[in-house]
Amino acid sequence: MRHFVIVGVLVIPVSILTYFGIQASHLMPVEASVQSVIVDQVWNWDMMTLSFLFALIMVPLVYSLIVFRRRKGETGDGKHEEGNVKLEVTWTIIPLILVTAYAYMGAYTLGETRVADPNAMVVNVTAHQWDWAFDYPEGFTSNELHLPINRQVELKMTSLDVIHSFWVPEFRIKQDILPGRITTLRITPVKLGSYKVYCAELCGTSHAYMQRPVIVTSQADYDAWAKQQAAAQATLLAKGGPEAGKAMVAQNGCGGCHSIDGSKLTGPTWRGLFGSQVKLESGQTVKADEAYLTESIKDPNAKIVAGFPANVMPHFTLTDQQIQSIVAYIETLK
Amino acid sequence: MRLFFKSALWRGLVWQAIGWLAGAIFVTLIRLVMGLQPLGTFFFTEPAWVFGSLVGALTFLAGSGVVSDWYAWARGIETPEHREDPDSWEKYINVSLDHKVIGIQYTVTALFLFVTGGTFALIFRTELAQTGLQFLSLGWYNTFMSLHGIVMIIGILVGIGGVMNYLVPMLIGADDMAFPRLNAFSYWIVVPGVVLLLSSLALGGFDTGWTGYPPLSARAPVGVQMFFMGIIVAGWSSILGGLNLIATTLRMRAKGMTAFRMPILIWAAMATSLITLTAAQLFGLSFQLVLFQRLLGMGFFDPSKGGNPILYQHLFWFYSHPAVYVFVLPGLGIISELLPVFVRKPLYGYRWVAMSSMGIALVGFLVWGHHMFASGMNQYLQVPFMYSTLLVAVPTGVKFFSWVATLWNGKIETPTPMLFVLGAIVVFFLGGLSGPPNGTVATDLHLTDTYFVVGHFHDTIFGGYVFPFFAAIYYWFPKATGRRLNEKLGKWHFWLFFPSFIVLTLIMMRVGLIGMRRRIADYDPALGLVDYHIVMTIAAYLIAIATAIFIYNFVRSIKHGEVATGNLWNSRSPEWNVPSPMPVHNYDEPVEVIGEPYDYGLPGSQYVRFGTKE
Repeated sequence: MRHFVIVGVLVIPVSILTYFGIQASHLMPVEASVQSVIVDQVWNWDMMTLSFLFALIMVPLVYSLIVFRRRKGETGDGKHEEGNVKLEVTWTIIPLILVTAYAYMGAYTLGETRVADPNAMVVNVTAHQWDWAFDYPEGFTSNELHLPINRQVELKMTSLDVIHSFWVPEFRIKQDILPGRITTLRITPVKLGSYKVYCAELCGTSHAYMQRPVIVTSQADYDAWAKQQAAAQATLLAKGGPEAGKAMVAQNGCGGCHSIDGSKLTGPTWRGLFGSQVKLESGQTVKADEAYLTESIKDPNAKIVAGFPANVMPHFTLTDQQIQSIVAYIETLK
Repeated sequence: MRLFFKSALWRGLVWQAIGWLAGAIFVTLIRLVMGLQPLGTFFFTEPAWVFGSLVGALTFLAGSGVVSDWYAWARGIETPEHREDPDSWEKYINVSLDHKVIGIQYTVTALFLFVTGGTFALIFRTELAQTGLQFLSLGWYNTFMSLHGIVMIIGILVGIGGVMNYLVPMLIGADDMAFPRLNAFSYWIVVPGVVLLLSSLALGGFDTGWTGYPPLSARAPVGVQMFFMGIIVAGWSSILGGLNLIATTLRMRAKGMTAFRMPILIWAAMATSLITLTAAQLFGLSFQLVLFQRLLGMGFFDPSKGGNPILYQHLFWFYSHPAVYVFVLPGLGIISELLPVFVRKPLYGYRWVAMSSMGIALVGFLVWGHHMFASGMNQYLQVPFMYSTLLVAVPTGVKFFSWVATLWNGKIETPTPMLFVLGAIVVFFLGGLSGPPNGTVATDLHLTDTYFVVGHFHDTIFGGYVFPFFAAIYYWFPKATGRRLNEKLGKWHFWLFFPSFIVLTLIMMRVGLIGMRRRIADYDPALGLVDYHIVMTIAAYLIAIATAIFIYNFVRSIKHGEVATGNLWNSRSPEWNVPSPMPVHNYDEPVEVIGEPYDYGLPGSQYVRFGTKE
């Protein structure tokens, strides 16, 4: 009986110390969205329960190892106890109630993170190996995700190739992005600052580098930025030519696979490409002229360059004028 | 050396190479006739490599002689029921029908795979010590990372084969498994599977992780096909091994061994075998569908052809989640089996512990969706999967409470096997505690695909299987060899391994919460994780040193260990009440169960008696 009392008394301070130890180590990143506050609340409840469970098992375990250890010269067996049905039922039923409560709480909070605001700003997200593109309601595209504070954004996401996943640690919640489908994620930023979106689902060799800035600003700052971006993009595209091509290349993340400095990435380099003789997988050789480059953008598998895999480059939706300007840009890369 | 070149292993490997080449050339010739491009990036084309690998696996089996009895029977030729093995080491590289030899073959293969997979981990762990790329390319990083995962998983499955094959017939008082030839087949099919798996290194590797999600795996290099083929081939071992074990347990128990008088490890082995027999097919199947998608253009998972990538994840996790219980149930069985011996007390709540294994196996079938909370599967599935996932905590909790109650009021001894048992309980407990945050959906959306999960499952699998596996080796090594492992080296092994491992996994969880994603070759310096990664890398090297000490101890003790032929641990179990090493046909006299298995501390009680006293 004495042992039970000692262990029973020890469990309480150990639970509390464990919980405060966890609290003091600041495990989570900054809470930058409404959803992150909910997630952290669930996490906090988890930690409270788990600290208690930790003490409940570890205290009697360590206590037994010290008190009930075999001392030098001691022989003989331990106490013959086969079990106790009441006790077994207790430690089956109580956890059962506990996990049911947790499942309810988990379902409830899941609902809270999914609350939809009908006035949410919609941003279309396109992920592909290995970059992000964000289409804004103001009609322009950027590689950066700018979000006005305290306004829900609905991200409508799709992938051009493999599975990716949208994750900003400070916003907590993740969503995979699938080819051929649109998945959505709703986030309400509540803290000004600069964060990063990472791809969280293994998507090939450069998966580690698939990251882009996420900037939470005031509504006024956002409006100004959006207006300026939209105007700049409109003039650039209207102008056409290499400058517009360069912008299109940046937006579509072509640089993820095609270098402009001659190094070999997943796809052939663009440096010195225009006008050169290209050896194909089929054994033929073709001249990299405007027709070839246009075809290769529109139908990447029509002519596969020797030493590079087929079925890797995604299909980009680009207008003829846009493709023309990209080809014009490639032409400048001597 | 001469004996090696005459062995079944060598013959099998040579025939595998010949078969592989022949198959590849055959496809290449057909391609030539059909006017298709005959050669590809890695000399042969992908279909040639895949077909060749299948032929090679079959010729391995034929060449090693593991199917020769069946072949003889099919032709109407009688072969002897028993085959006597030579009394030397060469029986371990030849086909043997003795469950003890097969168990040791499995165990040594598992150790080889652990060392291989561990080396892969060390390579990329070293790479991660600093940000930026040090000495690996992105492709090689991903290949090593992916192979580490799958080689360790196969290693664990093979290790389970070792533990179950060696111990189950012994513990139930049988002389062998129900189907000895099938048993040999289950082992030998692993070998060509492992060769295929490792051959992916030479064929461009694969960058998909061990999960092999399409569409990524549908566009990875040819290496990914060798990974698929390796699993499809080696998977037979799991399925057939499970079948054999269930038949053995149901039909061959000693007289008087009723269900609730079976050793607790047998309950665990049954639960595990039920899972492998019924679910392992889905693992091979999901890979096979991708293999067909690549070779034959069948768009199972290709959205542009009406396929669905999420379907793959359902098929894959329908096995791969229960697989976790395949890994841990035998380990938890070992913990429950050894605790009473070293505490000198009955296993507390034996029936509850036995039923909890079955409970875990059953509930384990209903939880696979928790790997897919962020995947884009139907949202209404999230809540039921969350509830079933959290339910697993109930039978698992029963085990923990029962273990602690077993320790309570005991007379606890701590030789090396017991240290690993206690280490297993602590590590598995950390794995268990880090589970519920992954189970509740809202928190999981932050945790999934981060290092938190990596830390969680390493704790689960090491606590649930690897520590108990070490405990089992320290405990039963004398049974197999008549010599014991060196205690001092064993203590070094434990005290280097255990703290390093705890540090490693706790830091994994910590960096995961901050923002370290899984499976990345490089991490953002802005996250400030370099110091953590240095500590993790040091811990990984300490674990490697500890393992090296173990391997040295293992090899040295076979010949030079302290002689231990008697009931070294003072156990009630039948195998310890006959001399070590175990005689060829186990028990000279029939075993009869006359008492409870774990009645330590009850004077005059006996579990088994030998001979037929009517």
